[in-house]
Amino acid sequence: MVEQVRKLLEKRLGSTAELENLRRSILRKREPSRTCISVCGGTGCRASGAEAVVDALIDEIERRELQINVELKETGCHGFCERGPVVVIRPKRIFYQRVKPEDIPEIISETVLNGNIIERLLYVDPVTNEKIVYEPDVPFYKRQTRTIFGANGEIDPTDIEDYIAVGGYSSLNKALFQMSPEQIIEEVKRSGLRGRGGGGFPTGRKWQSCRDAEGDIKYVICNADEGDPGAYQDRSLLEGNPHSVLEGMIIGAYAIGSHNGYIYVRNEYPLAVRHARIAIEQAMDYGLLGGDILGSGFDFTVTINKGGGAFVCGESSALMASLEGKIGEPRAKYIHMSEKGLWDSPSLLNNVKTWANVPLIINKGAEWYSQIGTVGSKGTMIFSLVGKINNTGLVEVPMGITLRQMIYDIGGGIPNGKKFKAVQTGGPSGGCIPEQYLDTPVDFDELTKLGSMMGSGGMIVMDEDTCMVDVARYFIEFLKGESCGKCIPCREGLTRMSEVLSNITQGKGKREDLDILEDLAGILSGGALCALGTSAANPVLSTLGYFRDEYIAHIDEKKCPAGVCRELIQYSIDPEKCEGCLRCLRACPTGAISGEKRKVHTLNQGMCIKCGACYDVCKFDAVIKQ
Amino acid sequence: MPRYWINGERWVEVEDAEGVNVVHLTVDDKEIAVSGGQTILEAVARMPGIGNIPALCYHPAVKPYGACRICTVEVSEDRGSKFKFVAACLYSVKEGLVVKTNTERVRKLRKGIIELLLARCPNVKRIQELAEEYGVEKPRFVLGDQDCILCGLCVRACQEIIGKSAISLVNRGIYREVAAPFYAYKLSEDCIGCGDCAFVCPTGAIEMGPDGKPVLPKVKIPYAEIEAMTKKEAVATS
Amino acid sequence: MALALDFPKVKAIVESYTEKVDSLIDSYADKKEELISLLQDVQAEFNYLPRDVLIKISQKLDIPLSQVFSVATFFRAFSLKPRGRHLVTVCLGTACHVRAGQRLVDKVERDYRIKPGETTEDMKFTLETVNCLGCCALGPVAVVDGKYESQMNPDKLDRVLRGCK
Repeated sequence: MVEQVRKLLEKRLGSTAELENLRRSILRKREPSRTCISVCGGTGCRASGAEAVVDALIDEIERRELQINVELKETGCHGFCERGPVVVIRPKRIFYQRVKPEDIPEIISETVLNGNIIERLLYVDPVTNEKIVYEPDVPFYKRQTRTIFGANGEIDPTDIEDYIAVGGYSSLNKALFQMSPEQIIEEVKRSGLRGRGGGGFPTGRKWQSCRDAEGDIKYVICNADEGDPGAYQDRSLLEGNPHSVLEGMIIGAYAIGSHNGYIYVRNEYPLAVRHARIAIEQAMDYGLLGGDILGSGFDFTVTINKGGGAFVCGESSALMASLEGKIGEPRAKYIHMSEKGLWDSPSLLNNVKTWANVPLIINKGAEWYSQIGTVGSKGTMIFSLVGKINNTGLVEVPMGITLRQMIYDIGGGIPNGKKFKAVQTGGPSGGCIPEQYLDTPVDFDELTKLGSMMGSGGMIVMDEDTCMVDVARYFIEFLKGESCGKCIPCREGLTRMSEVLSNITQGKGKREDLDILEDLAGILSGGALCALGTSAANPVLSTLGYFRDEYIAHIDEKKCPAGVCRELIQYSIDPEKCEGCLRCLRACPTGAISGEKRKVHTLNQGMCIKCGACYDVCKFDAVIKQ
Repeated sequence: MPRYWINGERWVEVEDAEGVNVVHLTVDDKEIAVSGGQTILEAVARMPGIGNIPALCYHPAVKPYGACRICTVEVSEDRGSKFKFVAACLYSVKEGLVVKTNTERVRKLRKGIIELLLARCPNVKRIQELAEEYGVEKPRFVLGDQDCILCGLCVRACQEIIGKSAISLVNRGIYREVAAPFYAYKLSEDCIGCGDCAFVCPTGAIEMGPDGKPVLPKVKIPYAEIEAMTKKEAVATS
Repeated sequence: MALALDFPKVKAIVESYTEKVDSLIDSYADKKEELISLLQDVQAEFNYLPRDVLIKISQKLDIPLSQVFSVATFFRAFSLKPRGRHLVTVCLGTACHVRAGQRLVDKVERDYRIKPGETTEDMKFTLETVNCLGCCALGPVAVVDGKYESQMNPDKLDRVLRGCK
């Protein structure tokens, strides 16, 4: 026991000098030329089998007794999720993608021991057909500006020393000992940082109003309740580099005079919760969190709270209600949360990505930061580029890059030769942007002008096979299920909108329905209590604005041009192409297909439930969908 | 001699108003002075002849909730150049505030909310009265047959006035309802049978039963797709 | 039958259950604002929120039972009814939806006759949907018993489910 306490006290850093000494000694112990195999351990790659790859690596390294020369590091998300499991071999940064456990012996014997490249594991540029060997040359990464997310590939999130090795906590040191709270807030203000959670509110101004607010007890909160479907940057940041978020929070707490912080993580992110917990424990051990941080006399502790499965708890007042043990019901924000928030005390709530930007701003300064981005939107933004896109993953780019560059240069365009139709940004509060605006720079105000918004950074690409009416219906259904039910415009309005949209997608729509949708949109945006409600109509309004013809087709012709809405499509078997292989017959759940081997099959429309199973299994393109 | 309302209790001449926080604002183009620390709805309610703001989920005996939204008015914080919608029952009066309680936009919003309410509760007298006042005829939606508008007054009364919290709002979204723990329609010992919930209910959805305890609103004919609520009846125990 | 007569055994089971419940609740003794965390612990322990546990929480932590019940019914993470042995969670986030994730839900609905939130009669499967697990590159995604299955289609899901006991 005494021994344990002594060990703990030894780790504790009581001053700037001790922190820098530790950093130097960590770097000294690390051989930069030593081989380090870094495997992406983000939830996405885990779902693709990264854990089996790690196990295989551990086994092989042990088998060959290479533990001294070869280091294995399971890092956070590298961002190129389409190509997972991703393995990067340092120091050269050889980039292997779609690695399987069976590949490991070869990787060790060929690449690690003999320096040979295994061609089949390399990324092939689809345009030039060139095989890319090194990570920085991969076009997906090359065109990004990974100031915040780049560190994910270098550090093991469960080891604070990795974070310290790449310069971690030097910003905190600077903030505590070289700057006053007012100077810190000034720096954040001058950087032009705007909230990355959806609102885009100027962060410095929020910090100032919280500092100025009356009250001795103030709270700092990290909103990690990333609910926008299709967005997972916050999760990957919290999983992969939790210390960057912590460091930002401590700096923020010092700036406004708070001693208690919370990280509110979505229930559906167990790995993020685990890594954040480990990070907090380690930071406390090292005296970087808790009492007398780095010997500065400043105290700050952080607690982790899990959400309960409610999208509405991403809204700041609902989040704080949930922290108080109540249901996640938002309240009117005529008085801001920065004046009266958690327990009626001033509360500073910021998104994960916003907090992660803070150490960078303090370290490099507001001048440096404000040179990136546009006039109204400074810095970089991390987007989740998903949907009908070749290079699905997490992308960090400077504000001002165009949608076209994101989708085609970085994203690699639309797969299977399909045509781009729209890109949906901002989650359920945002809208769909069609092709003619692809050259719009990505920026808070530009996206809002187009009827969408930046939101939390979700960017969902849609192609010709996506039905925009179905997309609108999907978002309204989502919001209807997530509405807290307190106010009439949201609860009743969304239900009725969903009824109308379902009718349209089932071929029962009328022209008046479009007026009803617009009226309901007006009630929602004018009358709803919280931002979930007031922005709920955006997907509908933007699709009505840019894709009205699809709505008209559903209503007037009872047809779904994209071939998605079930009641409006019909499957049939082309007798010229059918080979009589019985595959569709077996796949059909209702027995609507009949036929014999090697004879043309027939589909009974009356029994068909439009599930699409036959369309999927047919290898001869004999099933027609119209 | 200007007079000021003090906390809705009495008129006071200006010399006596020392130490009272007085706020000047404009409501429907009339300049008034009221004591600070109240909401627009409270301030206007005590000044007859100024504005008529309907409200359903508001009751002076409990804290305002902001659920029905028909008390929405337009306010301008910059002396009239930009207006925005706020709920009058929640927004505190401020010096120099400009309030408009009955513009085209406000009436249109109220009309929309009432249409939604009428579609939910077509047989409730109070809603029918509001519908007539705002020109809502037949809702363009499938009709429900509920009595409860989920204003939460019963729950708040039981919590704030009586201090018992015998009932609460359960579930979320369209499945929200007023219920006792575990849907016990026959209420537990927490309920003291005071009848406050039935008293504050604006629609008469709660009535006192023969056993002296309130009968909570049950969902009658659900609209479009909330048949899941009727399945809860099977879970309800007594 | 044999169990009903084995009083010591029954008593031991009841006592261990009571002990577990008490120790869980006592660990939140002064922290009634952490109600949601406590309920999550209960959900993790018993696979649902038993009624008697909720009543005990209300008594021990001095929270009105109606508030405990409101919180238990508000959040999707909680289930008031016992869940099946195997939890099947289908992601219906936008990216998975655009890649036809709904068909996985439809398949389970057809084959096992349960809608999202419901459990099969034999208590084998519980079907849930979730809005975005954050594996959008690999959609459509389903999680079966905590294991993430990527690039699913109705056939693959069928095979996975048949493999569950």
